[in-house]
Amino acid sequence: MLTIKDLHASVEEKEILKGINLQVNPGEVHAIMGPNGSGKSTLSTVIAGHEDYEVTKGSISFDGEDLEELDAEQRAHKGIFLSFQYPVEIPGVTVTNFIKTAINALRKAKGLEDMPAKDMLKSIREKAAMLEIDSKFLSRSLNEGFSGGEKKRNEIFQLAMLEPKLAILDETDSGLDIDALKIVADGVNKLKSKDNAVVLITHYQRLLDYIVPDFVHVLYNGRIVKSGTKELAHELEAKGYDWIKQELA
Amino acid sequence: MAYTEEELKKELETKEYEYGFYTDIESDTFPIGLNEDIVRAISKRKEEPEWMTDWRLKAFASWKEMKEPEWANVRYEKPDFQAISYYSAPKKKDKYESLDEVDPELLDTFNKLGISLDEQKKLAGVAVDIVIDSVSVATTFRDTLAEKGIIFCSISEAIKDYPDLVRKYLGTVIPPKDNFYAALNAAVFSDGSFCYIPKGVRCPMELSTYFRINQAGTGQFERTLVIADEGSYVSYLEGCTAPSRDENQLHAACVELIAMDDAEIKYSTVQNWYPGNKEGKGGVYNFVTKRGICHTNAKISWTQVETGSAVTWKYPSCILKGDNSIGEFYSIAVTNNYQQADTGTKMVHIGKNTRSTIISKGISAGKSQNSYRGLVQVNPKASNARNFSQCDSLLMGNECGAHTFPYIEARNNSAQIEHEATTSKIGEDQIFYCNQRGIDTEKAIALIVNGFSKEVLNKLPMEFAVEAQKLLEISLEGSVG
Repeated sequence: MLTIKDLHASVEEKEILKGINLQVNPGEVHAIMGPNGSGKSTLSTVIAGHEDYEVTKGSISFDGEDLEELDAEQRAHKGIFLSFQYPVEIPGVTVTNFIKTAINALRKAKGLEDMPAKDMLKSIREKAAMLEIDSKFLSRSLNEGFSGGEKKRNEIFQLAMLEPKLAILDETDSGLDIDALKIVADGVNKLKSKDNAVVLITHYQRLLDYIVPDFVHVLYNGRIVKSGTKELAHELEAKGYDWIKQELA
Repeated sequence: MAYTEEELKKELETKEYEYGFYTDIESDTFPIGLNEDIVRAISKRKEEPEWMTDWRLKAFASWKEMKEPEWANVRYEKPDFQAISYYSAPKKKDKYESLDEVDPELLDTFNKLGISLDEQKKLAGVAVDIVIDSVSVATTFRDTLAEKGIIFCSISEAIKDYPDLVRKYLGTVIPPKDNFYAALNAAVFSDGSFCYIPKGVRCPMELSTYFRINQAGTGQFERTLVIADEGSYVSYLEGCTAPSRDENQLHAACVELIAMDDAEIKYSTVQNWYPGNKEGKGGVYNFVTKRGICHTNAKISWTQVETGSAVTWKYPSCILKGDNSIGEFYSIAVTNNYQQADTGTKMVHIGKNTRSTIISKGISAGKSQNSYRGLVQVNPKASNARNFSQCDSLLMGNECGAHTFPYIEARNNSAQIEHEATTSKIGEDQIFYCNQRGIDTEKAIALIVNGFSKEVLNKLPMEFAVEAQKLLEISLEGSVG
């Protein structure tokens, strides 16, 4: 589904990614771990198609199609979803209105009519219930005055509504207390199927107790330096990132 | 059908400003220039009584002594007042009994504006008094309104048919000497609307007027007078679109509102005059004086969405004369390309326990300049007066400007005045967030701008709110690269 080959990417002339290779197939869950500044968030932003990041070498393809020429919204239309580490505030735009706009934008890209209001409401209610989101929350301005946990839960709510093929969750566990983490993880697990895939970007192993990965990759200094199964995550937790650094030295 | 390059170019040019077409209706236009004879001729052409002619002449005499104001934060080439024709009316100026009698080309104009009278007639709840080049050509729903004793007609008709009302109130809120443009308007106003709601009557529909400048080189000087008698209520909608012209056109309107004891007037405007092209050429100069007076327990709400005009100079105001009266001002002003807007309000607290609310949302894009200018004045006898003002500015890009000029004059110690102001920029991170959810940049901007303007959009009547949202989108098209 997602094939990354020898990916090099820079922001403001500074090279952050220095040759990433990654293959994600339908039905798989991948975790990308690594210390701060290793390039984890850059990788997710580059996949999503942020203009400020320049791919200097290598390629990203999605369902066999090279993404290079596609801008961010076209990638979203193809089914790539990024749960942001720091979701932005949009004052005056309610959670409901925003998701409605996003869903209809996706439908329009597929040549479909707007979703009938009745179906939209039903879907919103179901997904909100799954993530234990209060109906009052839905009429608040997007991310404005939200707690860290509320912001993350809202990202997963959007994920549930948009049903993308590939979900990249960037540090979704940060800012969540243990109860919220369980709800969010349950939500992600329910959305998993043999046709979609999840890439978890995380600093800690904690989230991986709830969303169990098939593969774990360690990102360090712009490269994937080690790959393995979920055992690797436990090893990292026990030994710390210094272990990787020493091994590489 | 194959397009030639020329045709395509033409179509694209007109697309920029959707309402930029020109209707070829035979007009009866005065020679250019302004002097006492022209003022007399306007009055005569309109078959006005002597008192009206004298009123105009007095205004003209004051205007001659006045100077065009220069304190606003706008730069433009001053109009040559002797190069303008002060009267233009469609030649067929008989009143029509039905739509069949109306010039088909005129009807076509209405259709292009998206306000076919047919539809409007069917749409229960909206009566339209359409003003094309200064003369009212069609009035609907008058009978329904007449049953309630409501008068809704052109001001010219009102001068003939209800001279006592007009004479009593005209110029009482905006005296002819008030300011340069108000004096000019008083001297040469060609037509406008008049509305009277009798005591205790709640007007059953939104009253709506569409203004439109049509003839090249004719300024438009509208005069509107709305009187809400004791305990009555009216919601009045004013919408403007003007066809595109290269030379600047002058628009200097006056709107006077009178809310008697316990009355309420809601006055909503969507202004979409031609803003000029991308290089800042052409466009309407919109120098408008709007003011209302509130008697005891009365309330006036001004709501405006200003997206058009090359230069806007406009401060819809409330004189809170009566005790417990309320004044409100809700405004969205959008400027793009080389547009300049200096707009805001004045809330003058005279009575006790008077309250005012000001919510101003300025959106600047391109190389435009957008200024809020507001005065909150609390007079010595206005004990327990309260004001809340909120001025928010949204910037798009790095070449535009947003300015806030709040003036506060409190001469009573019990006054409570609050002022909040914010300035924000549409962030690339907001756009990227929307893009990532599949929302394209144009739509993302519309979403962010609508969110920013929501408090004001919510104050508009439903059908106007929809139109206003569309206008916001059209006005800001292509403003972020």
